Amino acid sequence: MAALVIAEHDHKSLKSPLLNTITAALMLGRPVSVLVAGKEASGAAQEAASVGGVSEVLYADDAAYDGFLAENMAALIAKLAPSYSHILAPATSFGKNILPRAAGLCGCAQISDIIGIESEDTFVRPIYAGNAIATVKSTDKIKFITVRSTAFDKATRNGKCSVKKIEEVEDSGLSRFIAAQKTQTNRPDLTVAAIIVSGGRGLESAEKFKTIIEPLADKLGAAIGASRAAVDAGYISNDCQIGQTGKVVAPNLYIAIGLSGAIQHLAGMKDSKTIVAVNKDPDAPIFAVADYGIVGDLFEIVPELTKAI
Amino acid sequence: MKILVTVKRVIDYNVNIRVKTDNSGVETANVKMAMNPFDENAVEEAVRLKEKGVATEIVVTTIDAPVAQETLRAALALGCDRAILVSSEKDVQPLGVVGALKKIVEKETPELIIMGKQAIDQEGGQVGGLLAAQLGWAQGAAVSKIEISGDKAKVIRETDEGQETLELKLPAVITADLRLNAPRFASLPNIMKAKKKPIEVIPIAEMGGDVCPTIQILKVTPPPMRKRGVVVPDVATLVNKLKNEAKAI
Ligand SMILES: Cc1cc2nc3c(=O)[nH]c(=O)nc-3n(C[C@H](O)[C@H](O)[C@H](O)COP(=O)(O)OP(=O)(O)OC[C@H]3O[C@@H](n4cnc5c(N)ncnc54)[C@H](O)[C@@H]3O)c2cc1C
Ligand SMILES: Nc1ncnc2c1ncn2[C@@H]1O[C@H](COP(=O)(O)O)[C@@H](O)[C@H]1O
Repeated sequence: MAALVIAEHDHKSLKSPLLNTITAALMLGRPVSVLVAGKEASGAAQEAASVGGVSEVLYADDAAYDGFLAENMAALIAKLAPSYSHILAPATSFGKNILPRAAGLCGCAQISDIIGIESEDTFVRPIYAGNAIATVKSTDKIKFITVRSTAFDKATRNGKCSVKKIEEVEDSGLSRFIAAQKTQTNRPDLTVAAIIVSGGRGLESAEKFKTIIEPLADKLGAAIGASRAAVDAGYISNDCQIGQTGKVVAPNLYIAIGLSGAIQHLAGMKDSKTIVAVNKDPDAPIFAVADYGIVGDLFEIVPELTKAI
Repeated sequence: MKILVTVKRVIDYNVNIRVKTDNSGVETANVKMAMNPFDENAVEEAVRLKEKGVATEIVVTTIDAPVAQETLRAALALGCDRAILVSSEKDVQPLGVVGALKKIVEKETPELIIMGKQAIDQEGGQVGGLLAAQLGWAQGAAVSKIEISGDKAKVIRETDEGQETLELKLPAVITADLRLNAPRFASLPNIMKAKKKPIEVIPIAEMGGDVCPTIQILKVTPPPMRKRGVVVPDVATLVNKLKNEAKAI
Protein backbone atom coordinates (compact mmCIF):
# COMPACT_ATOMS: atom_id res chain seq x y z
CA MET A 1 0.00 0.00 0.00
CA ALA A 2 1.12 3.51 -0.75
CA ALA A 3 1.55 6.53 1.50
CA LEU A 4 -0.52 9.65 0.94
CA VAL A 5 0.85 13.12 1.66
CA ILE A 6 -1.60 15.97 2.14
CA ALA A 7 -0.30 19.01 0.28
CA GLU A 8 -0.12 22.38 1.98
CA HIS A 9 -0.26 25.04 -0.70
CA ASP A 10 -1.78 28.39 -1.55
CA HIS A 11 -3.49 27.06 -4.71
CA LYS A 12 -0.73 28.54 -6.89
CA SER A 13 2.27 26.86 -5.34
CA LEU A 14 3.40 24.46 -2.63
CA LYS A 15 4.41 25.51 0.87
CA SER A 16 7.94 24.53 1.71
CA PRO A 17 7.24 22.23 4.75
CA LEU A 18 5.43 19.94 2.31
CA LEU A 19 8.75 19.07 0.66
CA ASN A 20 10.16 17.87 3.98
CA THR A 21 7.00 15.85 4.57
CA ILE A 22 7.40 14.16 1.19
CA THR A 23 10.95 13.18 2.15
CA ALA A 24 9.63 11.60 5.35
CA ALA A 25 6.99 9.73 3.34
CA LEU A 26 9.61 8.45 0.89
CA MET A 27 11.58 7.02 3.82
CA LEU A 28 8.72 4.56 4.42
CA GLY A 29 9.85 2.76 1.28
CA ARG A 30 6.47 2.79 -0.41
CA PRO A 31 5.01 4.59 -3.39
CA VAL A 32 4.05 8.12 -2.40
CA SER A 33 0.93 9.90 -3.63
CA VAL A 34 0.24 13.56 -2.97
CA LEU A 35 -3.26 14.97 -2.52
CA VAL A 36 -3.69 18.55 -3.69
CA ALA A 37 -7.14 19.77 -2.68
CA GLY A 38 -7.90 23.37 -3.44
CA LYS A 39 -9.73 25.75 -5.68
CA GLU A 40 -8.21 26.25 -9.11
CA ALA A 41 -5.03 24.80 -7.69
CA SER A 42 -3.63 23.26 -10.85
CA GLY A 43 -0.46 25.31 -10.30
CA ALA A 44 0.13 23.57 -6.97
CA ALA A 45 -0.84 20.19 -8.46
CA GLN A 46 1.64 20.59 -11.33
CA GLU A 47 4.33 21.58 -8.88
CA ALA A 48 3.61 18.53 -6.73
CA ALA A 49 3.97 16.35 -9.83
CA SER A 50 7.50 17.67 -10.30
CA VAL A 51 8.72 16.59 -6.86
CA GLY A 52 11.19 13.74 -7.08
CA GLY A 53 9.94 10.33 -5.91
CA VAL A 54 6.24 11.18 -6.04
CA SER A 55 4.33 8.48 -7.95
CA GLU A 56 1.00 10.18 -8.37
CA VAL A 57 -0.75 13.45 -7.66
CA LEU A 58 -4.45 13.43 -6.84
CA TYR A 59 -6.04 16.76 -7.58
CA ALA A 60 -9.42 17.78 -6.15
CA ASP A 61 -10.62 21.14 -7.42
CA ASP A 62 -13.64 22.65 -5.76
CA ALA A 63 -14.72 25.77 -3.89
CA ALA A 64 -15.30 23.51 -0.87
CA TYR A 65 -11.51 23.27 -0.46
CA ASP A 66 -10.78 26.97 -0.91
CA GLY A 67 -10.16 27.83 2.74
CA PHE A 68 -8.88 24.34 3.62
CA LEU A 69 -11.70 23.90 6.13
CA ALA A 70 -10.92 20.94 8.38
CA GLU A 71 -14.41 19.51 8.01
CA ASN A 72 -14.22 19.27 4.21
CA MET A 73 -10.55 18.38 3.91
CA ALA A 74 -10.79 15.63 6.53
CA ALA A 75 -13.88 14.14 4.90
CA LEU A 76 -12.06 13.96 1.57
CA ILE A 77 -8.97 12.40 3.16
CA ALA A 78 -11.09 9.86 5.05
CA LYS A 79 -12.72 8.83 1.80
CA LEU A 80 -9.35 8.16 0.17
CA ALA A 81 -7.75 6.71 3.31
CA PRO A 82 -8.67 3.02 2.96
CA SER A 83 -6.29 2.71 -0.01
CA TYR A 84 -3.30 3.91 1.98
CA SER A 85 -1.14 2.60 4.80
CA HIS A 86 0.18 5.99 5.92
CA ILE A 87 -1.23 9.48 5.65
CA LEU A 88 1.15 12.34 6.33
CA ALA A 89 0.86 16.10 6.62
CA PRO A 90 3.29 18.79 7.72
CA ALA A 91 3.08 19.64 11.44
CA THR A 92 2.07 23.21 10.61
CA SER A 93 -1.12 25.05 11.54
CA PHE A 94 -2.56 23.53 8.33
CA GLY A 95 -1.71 19.91 9.17
CA LYS A 96 -2.45 20.23 12.89
CA ASN A 97 -5.96 21.39 12.03
CA ILE A 98 -6.87 18.83 9.39
CA LEU A 99 -5.10 15.60 10.17
CA PRO A 100 -6.49 14.78 13.65
CA ARG A 101 -9.99 15.17 12.23
CA ALA A 102 -9.19 12.84 9.34
CA ALA A 103 -7.73 10.31 11.79
CA GLY A 104 -10.82 10.58 13.98
CA LEU A 105 -13.08 9.86 11.02
CA CYS A 106 -11.10 6.67 10.39
CA GLY A 107 -11.09 5.65 14.06
CA CYS A 108 -7.33 6.06 14.33
CA ALA A 109 -5.10 8.13 16.59
CA GLN A 110 -2.45 10.49 15.23
CA ILE A 111 1.29 10.25 15.67
CA SER A 112 2.14 13.91 16.04
CA ASP A 113 5.18 15.90 15.04
CA ILE A 114 7.58 13.08 14.19
CA ILE A 115 11.31 13.74 13.92
CA GLY A 116 12.38 10.23 12.96
CA ILE A 117 11.18 7.04 11.32
CA GLU A 118 12.44 3.72 12.71
CA SER A 119 10.21 1.45 10.69
CA GLU A 120 6.82 1.51 9.04
CA ASP A 121 5.09 1.52 12.43
CA THR A 122 7.66 3.03 14.77
CA PHE A 123 8.38 6.73 14.98
CA VAL A 124 10.40 9.18 17.04
CA ARG A 125 8.80 12.34 18.40
CA PRO A 126 9.58 15.01 20.97
CA ILE A 127 7.37 15.31 24.05
CA TYR A 128 7.42 17.77 26.98
CA ALA A 129 8.53 20.71 24.83
CA GLY A 130 11.42 18.69 23.47
CA ASN A 131 12.75 17.81 26.92
CA ALA A 132 12.22 14.14 26.20
CA ILE A 133 12.22 12.09 23.02
CA ALA A 134 9.76 9.22 22.72
CA THR A 135 9.94 6.25 20.38
CA VAL A 136 6.40 5.06 19.74
CA LYS A 137 4.91 2.13 17.91
CA SER A 138 1.45 2.39 16.44
CA THR A 139 -0.92 -0.49 15.75
CA ASP A 140 -3.53 1.72 14.08
CA LYS A 141 -4.62 0.30 10.74
CA ILE A 142 -3.72 3.53 9.00
CA LYS A 143 -0.90 5.65 10.41
CA PHE A 144 -1.84 9.32 10.51
CA ILE A 145 1.35 11.29 10.95
CA THR A 146 2.29 14.94 11.18
CA VAL A 147 5.91 15.67 10.30
CA ARG A 148 8.23 18.24 11.84
CA SER A 149 9.84 19.77 8.80
CA THR A 150 13.15 20.71 10.44
CA ALA A 151 13.94 17.02 10.98
CA PHE A 152 13.81 16.02 7.31
CA ASP A 153 15.49 17.37 4.18
CA LYS A 154 13.49 18.95 1.43
CA ALA A 155 12.56 16.73 -1.49
CA THR A 156 13.97 17.94 -4.78
CA ARG A 157 12.01 19.00 -7.82
CA ASN A 158 13.39 16.57 -10.34
CA GLY A 159 10.42 14.33 -10.98
CA LYS A 160 7.53 14.09 -13.34
CA CYS A 161 4.43 12.10 -12.53
CA SER A 162 0.84 12.20 -13.62
CA VAL A 163 -1.89 14.32 -12.11
CA LYS A 164 -5.16 12.48 -11.63
CA LYS A 165 -8.21 14.60 -11.20
CA ILE A 166 -10.59 13.30 -8.55
CA GLU A 167 -14.19 14.33 -8.54
CA GLU A 168 -15.05 13.79 -4.85
CA VAL A 169 -16.53 16.91 -3.36
CA GLU A 170 -16.96 16.94 0.38
CA ASP A 171 -18.87 19.96 1.58
CA SER A 172 -20.08 19.44 5.12
CA GLY A 173 -21.73 22.81 5.52
CA LEU A 174 -20.59 22.74 9.18
CA SER A 175 -18.25 25.69 8.89
CA ARG A 176 -17.60 28.61 6.66
CA PHE A 177 -14.35 30.33 5.82
CA ILE A 178 -14.73 34.08 6.28
CA ALA A 179 -11.30 35.61 5.90
CA ALA A 180 -7.59 35.15 6.37
CA GLN A 181 -5.49 37.90 7.88
CA LYS A 182 -2.06 37.24 6.49
CA THR A 183 0.95 39.21 7.58
CA GLN A 184 2.67 40.75 4.57
CA THR A 185 6.43 40.66 4.49
CA ASN A 186 9.20 40.83 1.94
CA ARG A 187 11.50 38.85 4.16
CA PRO A 188 12.31 35.17 3.75
CA ASP A 189 9.85 32.79 5.35
CA LEU A 190 10.84 31.58 8.82
CA THR A 191 10.62 27.96 7.74
CA VAL A 192 13.11 28.40 4.89
CA ALA A 193 15.40 31.21 6.11
CA ALA A 194 19.08 30.43 6.53
CA ILE A 195 19.38 33.14 9.17
CA ILE A 196 16.84 34.26 11.76
CA VAL A 197 17.13 37.34 13.94
CA SER A 198 14.82 36.90 16.90
CA GLY A 199 13.79 39.41 19.55
CA GLY A 200 12.21 39.16 22.98
CA ARG A 201 10.70 41.25 25.71
CA GLY A 202 14.04 42.99 26.16
CA LEU A 203 13.27 45.05 23.04
CA GLU A 204 10.82 47.07 25.16
CA SER A 205 8.48 48.33 22.43
CA ALA A 206 7.27 47.79 18.88
CA GLU A 207 9.22 50.88 17.74
CA LYS A 208 12.46 49.67 19.26
CA PHE A 209 11.88 46.15 17.95
CA LYS A 210 11.67 47.67 14.48
CA THR A 211 14.64 50.00 14.75
CA ILE A 212 16.93 47.45 16.42
CA ILE A 213 15.98 44.10 14.85
CA GLU A 214 15.05 45.08 11.29
CA PRO A 215 18.36 46.69 10.22
CA LEU A 216 20.29 43.62 11.35
CA ALA A 217 17.84 41.29 9.60
CA ASP A 218 18.05 43.44 6.45
CA LYS A 219 21.81 43.30 6.42
CA LEU A 220 21.83 39.51 6.82
CA GLY A 221 18.86 38.82 4.54
CA ALA A 222 17.34 37.16 7.55
CA ALA A 223 13.81 36.30 8.65
CA ILE A 224 12.52 37.84 11.86
CA GLY A 225 11.43 35.72 14.80
CA ALA A 226 10.20 36.52 18.29
CA SER A 227 9.45 35.13 21.71
CA ARG A 228 5.90 34.81 22.88
CA ALA A 229 6.40 37.67 25.32
CA ALA A 230 7.37 39.95 22.41
CA VAL A 231 4.35 38.86 20.39
CA ASP A 232 1.96 39.21 23.32
CA ALA A 233 3.30 42.69 24.05
CA GLY A 234 2.48 43.63 20.46
CA TYR A 235 6.06 44.26 19.31
CA ILE A 236 5.49 42.01 16.30
CA SER A 237 2.81 39.81 14.75
CA ASN A 238 1.97 36.30 15.98
CA ASP A 239 3.22 34.52 12.86
CA CYS A 240 6.76 35.38 14.01
CA GLN A 241 6.52 33.43 17.26
CA ILE A 242 9.02 30.67 17.68
CA GLY A 243 8.66 27.86 20.18
CA GLN A 244 6.42 25.15 21.55
CA THR A 245 3.30 27.00 20.46
CA GLY A 246 4.80 28.87 17.55
CA LYS A 247 7.00 27.75 14.72
CA VAL A 248 9.80 25.25 15.01
CA VAL A 249 12.86 26.42 13.09
CA ALA A 250 16.40 25.19 12.56
CA PRO A 251 18.27 27.80 10.52
CA ASN A 252 21.97 27.89 9.90
CA LEU A 253 22.24 30.88 12.25
CA TYR A 254 19.83 32.00 14.99
CA ILE A 255 20.49 35.29 16.72
CA ALA A 256 18.50 35.60 19.97
CA ILE A 257 18.27 39.16 21.19
CA GLY A 258 16.80 40.21 24.54
CA LEU A 259 15.02 36.95 25.10
CA SER A 260 15.67 34.77 28.12
CA GLY A 261 15.45 31.34 26.52
CA ALA A 262 12.47 29.83 28.33
CA ILE A 263 12.02 26.07 27.76
CA GLN A 264 9.05 26.80 25.51
CA HIS A 265 11.14 29.08 23.32
CA LEU A 266 14.08 26.68 23.16
CA ALA A 267 11.64 24.00 21.98
CA GLY A 268 11.34 25.90 18.72
CA MET A 269 14.95 26.78 17.94
CA LYS A 270 17.48 24.64 19.75
CA ASP A 271 18.21 22.56 16.65
CA SER A 272 19.59 25.64 14.89
CA LYS A 273 23.12 25.08 13.63
CA THR A 274 24.73 28.11 15.25
CA ILE A 275 23.07 30.10 18.03
CA VAL A 276 24.09 33.59 19.11
CA ALA A 277 22.66 35.21 22.25
CA VAL A 278 22.68 38.87 23.23
CA ASN A 279 21.42 39.39 26.77
CA LYS A 280 22.33 41.64 29.70
CA ASP A 281 21.78 38.83 32.20
CA PRO A 282 24.76 36.43 32.24
CA ASP A 283 22.55 33.78 33.88
CA ALA A 284 19.85 33.83 31.19
CA PRO A 285 19.12 30.23 30.11
CA ILE A 286 19.63 31.15 26.46
CA PHE A 287 23.39 31.13 27.10
CA ALA A 288 23.21 27.40 27.93
CA VAL A 289 22.37 26.64 24.30
CA ALA A 290 24.24 29.50 22.59
CA ASP A 291 27.46 28.85 20.71
CA TYR A 292 28.41 32.50 21.08
CA GLY A 293 27.08 34.87 23.66
CA ILE A 294 27.55 38.55 24.38
CA VAL A 295 26.57 39.84 27.79
CA GLY A 296 25.46 43.45 27.69
CA ASP A 297 22.90 46.02 26.62
CA LEU A 298 21.28 45.02 23.36
CA PHE A 299 20.59 48.66 22.48
CA GLU A 300 24.36 49.18 22.20
CA ILE A 301 25.45 45.77 20.98
CA VAL A 302 22.98 45.14 18.18
CA PRO A 303 23.50 48.43 16.27
CA GLU A 304 27.24 47.85 16.57
CA LEU A 305 26.83 44.33 15.21
CA THR A 306 24.70 45.61 12.34
CA LYS A 307 27.44 48.03 11.44
CA ALA A 308 30.21 45.44 11.71
CA ILE A 309 28.78 42.93 9.23
CA MET B 1 -26.29 27.07 26.53
CA LYS B 2 -24.32 24.38 28.28
CA ILE B 3 -20.56 24.26 27.83
CA LEU B 4 -18.35 21.24 28.40
CA VAL B 5 -14.73 22.02 29.23
CA THR B 6 -11.96 19.43 29.33
CA VAL B 7 -8.88 19.70 31.50
CA LYS B 8 -5.78 17.57 31.90
CA ARG B 9 -3.45 17.38 34.87
CA VAL B 10 0.14 17.68 33.64
CA ILE B 11 3.59 18.44 35.01
CA ASP B 12 3.73 22.19 35.67
CA TYR B 13 5.23 24.03 32.71
CA ASN B 14 7.98 25.51 34.88
CA VAL B 15 9.33 22.16 36.05
CA ASN B 16 12.57 20.85 34.58
CA ILE B 17 11.67 17.52 33.02
CA ARG B 18 13.79 14.51 33.97
CA VAL B 19 13.72 11.31 31.98
CA LYS B 20 13.64 8.12 34.07
CA THR B 21 16.92 6.23 34.00
CA ASP B 22 15.21 3.07 32.74
CA ASN B 23 13.89 5.09 29.76
CA SER B 24 10.30 4.14 30.48
CA GLY B 25 9.03 7.71 30.73
CA VAL B 26 9.60 10.95 32.59
CA GLU B 27 9.85 11.32 36.34
CA THR B 28 6.48 12.31 37.83
CA ALA B 29 7.03 11.36 41.48
CA ASN B 30 7.28 14.42 43.72
CA VAL B 31 6.93 16.74 40.77
CA LYS B 32 4.65 19.78 40.81
CA MET B 33 1.51 19.14 38.78
CA ALA B 34 -0.88 21.72 37.37
CA MET B 35 -3.72 22.20 34.94
CA ASN B 36 -2.54 22.11 31.32
CA PRO B 37 -2.01 25.82 30.43
CA PHE B 38 -4.28 25.70 27.35
CA ASP B 39 -7.04 24.18 29.47
CA GLU B 40 -6.78 27.19 31.78
CA ASN B 41 -7.65 29.29 28.73
CA ALA B 42 -10.54 26.96 27.95
CA VAL B 43 -11.92 27.25 31.48
CA GLU B 44 -11.48 31.03 31.48
CA GLU B 45 -13.34 31.42 28.21
CA ALA B 46 -16.24 29.29 29.40
CA VAL B 47 -16.48 31.35 32.59
CA ARG B 48 -16.44 34.59 30.58
CA LEU B 49 -19.21 33.28 28.34
CA LYS B 50 -21.24 32.52 31.45
CA GLU B 51 -20.54 35.96 32.88
CA LYS B 52 -21.76 37.47 29.62
CA GLY B 53 -24.96 35.47 29.92
CA VAL B 54 -24.19 33.36 26.86
CA ALA B 55 -23.57 30.16 28.81
CA THR B 56 -25.91 28.87 31.46
CA GLU B 57 -23.89 26.00 32.88
CA ILE B 58 -20.28 24.84 32.69
CA VAL B 59 -19.43 21.20 33.19
CA VAL B 60 -15.74 20.36 33.47
CA THR B 61 -14.31 16.91 32.98
CA THR B 62 -11.09 14.95 33.00
CA ILE B 63 -10.22 11.35 32.27
CA ASP B 64 -7.50 10.42 34.70
CA ALA B 65 -6.57 8.84 38.02
CA PRO B 66 -8.52 9.99 41.10
CA VAL B 67 -5.78 12.51 42.10
CA ALA B 68 -6.92 14.60 39.15
CA GLN B 69 -9.87 15.66 41.28
CA GLU B 70 -7.56 18.45 42.44
CA THR B 71 -7.46 19.76 38.86
CA LEU B 72 -11.25 19.61 38.63
CA ARG B 73 -11.45 21.39 41.98
CA ALA B 74 -9.22 24.13 40.58
CA ALA B 75 -11.56 24.50 37.59
CA LEU B 76 -14.57 24.68 39.91
CA ALA B 77 -12.82 27.43 41.88
CA LEU B 78 -12.40 29.37 38.65
CA GLY B 79 -16.12 29.27 37.95
CA CYS B 80 -17.14 25.91 36.49
CA ASP B 81 -20.40 24.65 38.00
CA ARG B 82 -19.83 20.94 38.34
CA ALA B 83 -17.31 18.28 37.43
CA ILE B 84 -17.09 14.75 36.14
CA LEU B 85 -14.06 12.57 36.74
CA VAL B 86 -13.83 9.54 34.52
CA SER B 87 -11.45 7.58 36.66
CA SER B 88 -8.80 5.25 35.35
CA GLU B 89 -5.74 3.96 37.11
CA LYS B 90 -3.98 3.45 33.79
CA ASP B 91 -2.93 6.22 31.42
CA VAL B 92 -5.67 6.73 28.88
CA GLN B 93 -4.66 7.35 25.29
CA PRO B 94 -6.29 9.92 23.00
CA LEU B 95 -8.78 7.47 21.47
CA GLY B 96 -9.76 6.32 24.95
CA VAL B 97 -10.22 9.93 26.06
CA VAL B 98 -12.37 10.56 23.01
CA GLY B 99 -14.46 7.46 23.73
CA ALA B 100 -15.18 8.65 27.27
CA LEU B 101 -15.86 12.23 26.13
CA LYS B 102 -18.38 10.98 23.59
CA LYS B 103 -20.27 9.22 26.38
CA ILE B 104 -20.24 12.41 28.43
CA VAL B 105 -21.51 14.40 25.46
CA GLU B 106 -24.38 11.92 25.03
CA LYS B 107 -25.30 12.33 28.66
CA GLU B 108 -24.81 16.08 29.04
CA THR B 109 -25.70 17.32 25.52
CA PRO B 110 -23.53 20.45 25.59
CA GLU B 111 -23.74 22.87 22.67
CA LEU B 112 -20.12 23.84 22.89
CA ILE B 113 -17.00 21.99 23.97
CA ILE B 114 -13.92 24.02 24.77
CA MET B 115 -10.63 22.18 25.16
CA GLY B 116 -6.94 23.01 25.07
CA LYS B 117 -5.22 22.96 21.69
CA GLN B 118 -2.61 20.62 23.09
CA ALA B 119 -1.52 18.96 26.29
CA ILE B 120 2.02 20.06 27.14
CA ASP B 121 3.06 16.57 28.26
CA GLN B 122 2.46 14.25 25.30
CA GLU B 123 1.88 17.14 22.89
CA GLY B 124 -0.51 15.19 20.71
CA GLY B 125 -2.62 18.19 19.79
CA GLN B 126 -5.25 15.78 18.55
CA VAL B 127 -8.05 15.12 21.05
CA GLY B 128 -10.07 18.14 19.84
CA GLY B 129 -9.94 17.11 16.19
CA LEU B 130 -10.56 13.42 16.93
CA LEU B 131 -13.57 14.26 19.07
CA ALA B 132 -15.07 16.77 16.61
CA ALA B 133 -14.72 14.16 13.85
CA GLN B 134 -16.40 11.43 15.84
CA LEU B 135 -19.24 13.70 16.93
CA GLY B 136 -19.64 15.05 13.41
CA TRP B 137 -19.43 18.59 14.79
CA ALA B 138 -17.73 21.68 13.41
CA GLN B 139 -14.30 22.48 14.80
CA GLY B 140 -12.24 25.55 15.51
CA ALA B 141 -8.61 24.71 16.31
CA ALA B 142 -6.10 27.00 18.05
CA VAL B 143 -8.66 29.71 18.59
CA SER B 144 -7.87 33.17 19.96
CA LYS B 145 -11.34 34.70 19.79
CA ILE B 146 -14.88 33.35 20.17
CA GLU B 147 -18.11 35.20 19.47
CA ILE B 148 -21.38 33.32 19.88
CA SER B 149 -24.49 34.55 18.12
CA GLY B 150 -27.54 32.35 17.87
CA ASP B 151 -26.60 28.91 16.64
CA LYS B 152 -23.25 30.06 15.25
CA ALA B 153 -19.81 30.74 16.64
CA LYS B 154 -17.45 33.12 14.90
CA VAL B 155 -13.87 32.22 15.77
CA ILE B 156 -10.42 33.52 14.97
CA ARG B 157 -7.78 30.86 14.56
CA GLU B 158 -4.05 31.44 14.98
CA THR B 159 -2.21 30.23 11.88
CA ASP B 160 1.36 30.14 10.64
CA GLU B 161 0.60 33.05 8.31
CA GLY B 162 -1.33 35.16 10.80
CA GLN B 163 -4.97 34.50 11.59
CA GLU B 164 -8.14 33.31 9.94
CA THR B 165 -11.80 33.86 10.74
CA LEU B 166 -14.31 31.02 10.51
CA GLU B 167 -17.97 30.64 11.23
CA LEU B 168 -18.91 27.38 12.93
CA LYS B 169 -22.33 25.85 13.25
CA LEU B 170 -23.14 24.88 16.81
CA PRO B 171 -22.67 22.45 18.42
CA ALA B 172 -18.93 22.73 17.91
CA VAL B 173 -15.59 21.77 19.38
CA ILE B 174 -13.20 24.67 19.94
CA THR B 175 -9.59 24.31 21.07
CA ALA B 176 -7.95 27.18 22.90
CA ASP B 177 -4.75 28.95 21.98
CA LEU B 178 -2.89 30.77 24.77
CA ARG B 179 -3.96 34.06 23.20
CA LEU B 180 -7.65 33.35 23.73
CA ASN B 181 -7.57 35.20 27.06
CA ALA B 182 -5.55 35.80 30.21
CA PRO B 183 -6.77 33.30 32.80
CA ARG B 184 -7.74 34.70 36.20
CA PHE B 185 -6.54 33.40 39.54
CA ALA B 186 -9.06 31.80 41.86
CA SER B 187 -10.03 33.97 44.82
CA LEU B 188 -10.02 32.50 48.32
CA PRO B 189 -13.83 32.68 48.71
CA ASN B 190 -14.23 30.93 45.35
CA ILE B 191 -11.78 28.22 46.40
CA MET B 192 -13.89 27.68 49.53
CA LYS B 193 -17.11 27.63 47.52
CA ALA B 194 -15.63 25.14 45.07
CA LYS B 195 -15.25 22.63 47.88
CA LYS B 196 -19.02 22.32 47.95
CA LYS B 197 -19.48 21.95 44.20
CA PRO B 198 -20.19 18.39 43.05
CA ILE B 199 -17.64 16.10 41.42
CA GLU B 200 -19.21 13.00 39.94
CA VAL B 201 -16.83 10.04 39.67
CA ILE B 202 -17.46 7.46 36.96
CA PRO B 203 -15.11 4.50 36.44
CA ILE B 204 -13.82 4.34 32.87
CA ALA B 205 -15.18 0.78 32.55
CA GLU B 206 -18.67 2.28 32.59
CA MET B 207 -17.73 4.70 29.83
CA GLY B 208 -16.74 2.20 27.21
CA GLY B 209 -13.39 1.58 28.83
CA ASP B 210 -10.09 2.55 27.31
CA VAL B 211 -10.71 1.41 23.76
CA CYS B 212 -7.77 -0.83 23.02
CA PRO B 213 -4.68 1.44 23.13
CA THR B 214 -3.00 1.65 19.74
CA ILE B 215 0.15 3.47 20.69
CA GLN B 216 2.92 1.82 22.58
CA ILE B 217 5.75 3.88 24.01
CA LEU B 218 8.88 1.83 23.38
CA LYS B 219 11.30 4.20 25.07
CA VAL B 220 11.78 7.73 26.27
CA THR B 221 15.23 9.27 26.17
CA PRO B 222 16.68 12.67 27.04
CA PRO B 223 17.15 14.97 24.04
CA PRO B 224 20.63 15.46 22.63
CA MET B 225 22.29 18.17 24.68
CA ARG B 226 23.76 21.24 23.05
CA LYS B 227 27.23 22.12 24.17
CA ARG B 228 27.42 25.38 26.08
CA GLY B 229 29.40 27.78 23.92
CA VAL B 230 31.55 30.72 24.80
CA VAL B 231 30.86 34.25 25.91
CA VAL B 232 32.78 36.64 23.69
CA PRO B 233 34.00 40.00 24.96
CA ASP B 234 32.93 42.22 22.07
CA VAL B 235 31.19 42.54 18.74
CA ALA B 236 34.42 42.34 16.75
CA THR B 237 35.22 38.93 18.25
CA LEU B 238 31.68 37.74 17.57
CA VAL B 239 31.80 38.78 13.92
CA ASN B 240 35.19 37.16 13.52
CA LYS B 241 33.96 33.89 15.02
CA LEU B 242 30.79 33.89 12.96
CA LYS B 243 32.80 34.43 9.79
CA ASN B 244 35.79 32.21 10.37
CA GLU B 245 34.83 29.60 12.94
CA ALA B 246 31.10 28.95 12.43
CA LYS B 247 31.15 30.15 8.80
CA ALA B 248 27.60 31.30 9.47
CA ILE B 249 27.75 34.69 7.75
C1 LIG C 1 2.15 26.48 27.42
C2 LIG C 1 3.15 27.56 27.12
C3 LIG C 1 3.60 27.70 25.83
C4 LIG C 1 4.52 28.69 25.51
N1 LIG C 1 4.96 28.77 24.24
C5 LIG C 1 5.93 29.66 23.94
C6 LIG C 1 6.49 29.75 22.63
O1 LIG C 1 6.06 29.05 21.70
N2 LIG C 1 7.47 30.63 22.40
C7 LIG C 1 7.97 31.44 23.38
O2 LIG C 1 8.88 32.23 23.10
N3 LIG C 1 7.44 31.41 24.62
C8 LIG C 1 6.44 30.55 24.92
N4 LIG C 1 5.91 30.54 26.18
C9 LIG C 1 6.30 31.61 27.12
C10 LIG C 1 7.64 31.36 27.80
O3 LIG C 1 7.42 30.57 28.95
C11 LIG C 1 8.28 32.70 28.23
O4 LIG C 1 7.38 33.40 29.05
C12 LIG C 1 8.67 33.59 27.06
O5 LIG C 1 9.40 32.87 26.09
C13 LIG C 1 9.51 34.75 27.57
O6 LIG C 1 9.82 35.63 26.52
P1 LIG C 1 11.13 36.54 26.59
O7 LIG C 1 12.33 35.67 26.69
O8 LIG C 1 11.07 37.50 25.47
O9 LIG C 1 10.89 37.39 27.91
P2 LIG C 1 11.67 37.36 29.28
O10 LIG C 1 11.73 36.01 29.84
O11 LIG C 1 11.10 38.45 30.11
O12 LIG C 1 13.15 37.73 28.89
C14 LIG C 1 13.57 38.99 28.49
C15 LIG C 1 15.09 38.93 28.46
O13 LIG C 1 15.60 40.14 27.92
C16 LIG C 1 16.77 40.49 28.62
N5 LIG C 1 16.92 41.92 28.48
C17 LIG C 1 16.08 42.90 28.93
N6 LIG C 1 16.56 44.12 28.58
C18 LIG C 1 17.72 43.92 27.92
C19 LIG C 1 18.68 44.78 27.33
N7 LIG C 1 18.52 46.12 27.32
N8 LIG C 1 19.77 44.23 26.75
C20 LIG C 1 19.93 42.88 26.72
N9 LIG C 1 19.05 42.02 27.27
C21 LIG C 1 17.96 42.53 27.86
C22 LIG C 1 16.51 40.04 30.04
O14 LIG C 1 17.75 39.82 30.73
C23 LIG C 1 15.72 38.76 29.84
O15 LIG C 1 16.57 37.62 29.81
C24 LIG C 1 4.97 29.57 26.52
C25 LIG C 1 4.50 29.44 27.81
C26 LIG C 1 3.58 28.46 28.11
C27 LIG C 1 3.06 28.34 29.51
N1 LIG D 1 -7.13 12.70 29.82
C1 LIG D 1 -7.78 13.79 29.45
N2 LIG D 1 -8.87 14.23 30.12
C2 LIG D 1 -9.55 15.34 29.76
N3 LIG D 1 -9.18 16.10 28.73
C3 LIG D 1 -8.10 15.73 28.01
C4 LIG D 1 -7.35 14.57 28.32
N4 LIG D 1 -6.35 14.48 27.42
C5 LIG D 1 -6.46 15.55 26.61
N5 LIG D 1 -7.52 16.30 26.95
C6 LIG D 1 -7.97 17.57 26.34
O1 LIG D 1 -7.53 17.62 25.01
C7 LIG D 1 -6.65 18.72 24.79
C8 LIG D 1 -5.61 18.35 23.78
O2 LIG D 1 -4.85 17.27 24.25
P1 LIG D 1 -3.84 16.43 23.34
O3 LIG D 1 -4.55 16.11 22.10
O4 LIG D 1 -3.53 15.23 24.18
O5 LIG D 1 -2.64 17.30 23.14
C9 LIG D 1 -6.13 19.05 26.18
O6 LIG D 1 -5.76 20.42 26.27
C10 LIG D 1 -7.34 18.74 27.05
O7 LIG D 1 -8.26 19.81 27.05
